[in-house]
Amino acid sequence: MSDLIEDIEIRLLLEALHQRYHYDFRNYAQASIRRRLRQARDQLGFANFSALQEALLHDEAMLPRLLAYLTVQVSEMFRDPSYFRAIREKVVPHLRTFPSLKIWIAGCSTGEELYSFVILFREEGLEQRTLFYATDISQDALDAAARGIYSLDRMRTFTENHRAAGGKSSLSEYYRTAYGNAVLDQGLRDKVVFSDHSLVTDAVFGEMHLISCRNVLIYFNRDLQDRAIGLFRDSLGRKGFLGLGSKENIRFSSHADGFSDFARQDKIYQRREA
Amino acid sequence: MSSSEAPEGARLVVIGASAGALQALTQILPALPVDYPLPILIVVHIPPDRRNMLAPLFQAKCRMAVREAEDKEPGLAGVVYFAPPDYHLLVETDGTLSLSSDEEVWFSRPSIDVLFESAADAYGAGVIGIILTGANPDGASGSKAIADAGGTVLVEDPATAYASAMPLAALQACGTARAMPLAAIANCLLKECAA
Ligand SMILES: C[S@@+](CC[C@H](N)C(=O)[O-])C[C@H]1O[C@@H](n2cnc3c(N)ncnc32)[C@H](O)[C@@H]1O
Repeated sequence: MSDLIEDIEIRLLLEALHQRYHYDFRNYAQASIRRRLRQARDQLGFANFSALQEALLHDEAMLPRLLAYLTVQVSEMFRDPSYFRAIREKVVPHLRTFPSLKIWIAGCSTGEELYSFVILFREEGLEQRTLFYATDISQDALDAAARGIYSLDRMRTFTENHRAAGGKSSLSEYYRTAYGNAVLDQGLRDKVVFSDHSLVTDAVFGEMHLISCRNVLIYFNRDLQDRAIGLFRDSLGRKGFLGLGSKENIRFSSHADGFSDFARQDKIYQRREA
Repeated sequence: MSSSEAPEGARLVVIGASAGALQALTQILPALPVDYPLPILIVVHIPPDRRNMLAPLFQAKCRMAVREAEDKEPGLAGVVYFAPPDYHLLVETDGTLSLSSDEEVWFSRPSIDVLFESAADAYGAGVIGIILTGANPDGASGSKAIADAGGTVLVEDPATAYASAMPLAALQACGTARAMPLAAIANCLLKECAA
């Protein structure tokens, strides 16, 4: 069994993080939090979680270091190409009927998913009428997203994904290379608003046509998933779209009946009329 | 509790396999009855871009129900769950299954270590961990975690395994692990039916 003392220490550490800094990880899925906290403890050089907690409470510099372990920044452009193909082929025709659009990329991490949308919208001629909200709880991730610079060796996968997603242009049109990096075209940010927003503690901030939140809900327990899905429902306009990660679903949520399946395989849902 | 024999209170089986996994699993899973009394969670290393064919493939050969694991579903007795490609699979203390997009471990997502360590945390002595053929050291530290928590670790005999590196690494990391041929592993699992 996971050691009883360790369980107590982890609960106290997450409580301290919440009370002192208002980051609330208390209801994240336990197994994965425990694993990442152990990594933080070992790599930051603490004998146990109590020692880590003491440092966290008394030294603000510990906060970003711990958060770097607690928030997982793994992403890819056009990850799961069939999702983006479904957005392009099935969702975009609906979006075209609106004179202006609001799109929310929730848990945008370092920006790969966001820029996939911006490029897709540019290819479809929708970018100019769209406002993209890109939110995350990690300031480091948001900063990286705003920079839009990725290691060149990742572009090969991104390019293949883009093509498989039905890309109408060559991805290389959107970046220049410098010092082993791909630097995205600055213009891709023109219609983007970056903002710190937590799906656990923050509220609705606008009425969206499409929300894409991928591979964030898997880190939550069921109660938190339920809260986030309720937040999405309340943030969507009439018949708005919600896209989740390929292994996420709204099946276990009390808000499930607020949505209908739109593209089942690709985890795209549509808000039912109230 | 002795970790050299399956404890009476076994509650969960976890299996990890890499190169040669399909043949090895084919010697084990079809032997189990439809009402097998434990959930079985399996990580097989597969390239992330492959659609997962493991569940349909084994469903055709097995009497147990076989599925790809979904996030936050309860892990049920009598069901085999495969980790989906490009996600880690973990089990929570209340028996629900969680997926994660965390970094690769030993160049793998899903990782055997991640599954086994979560199983050791959640079920302690109630875990039977099984390491099959494979060409990398994933699963060794997870096996040790299971053994340290009082669980049972069985390892495919490196002498007859398709790839011996993974079984050898597990045996080296985990002193109480027992090496045995595939048929004996299947027999050990069948003993749980009588328990
Ligand atoms: C695995 S990444 C997913 C990145 C991207 N959406 C994708 O699918 O490629 C998970 C992201 O969720 C963010 N996150 C974690 N908790 C959050 C919360 N409460 N509210 C918003 N974002 C959160 C993390 O900081 C991280 O950037």
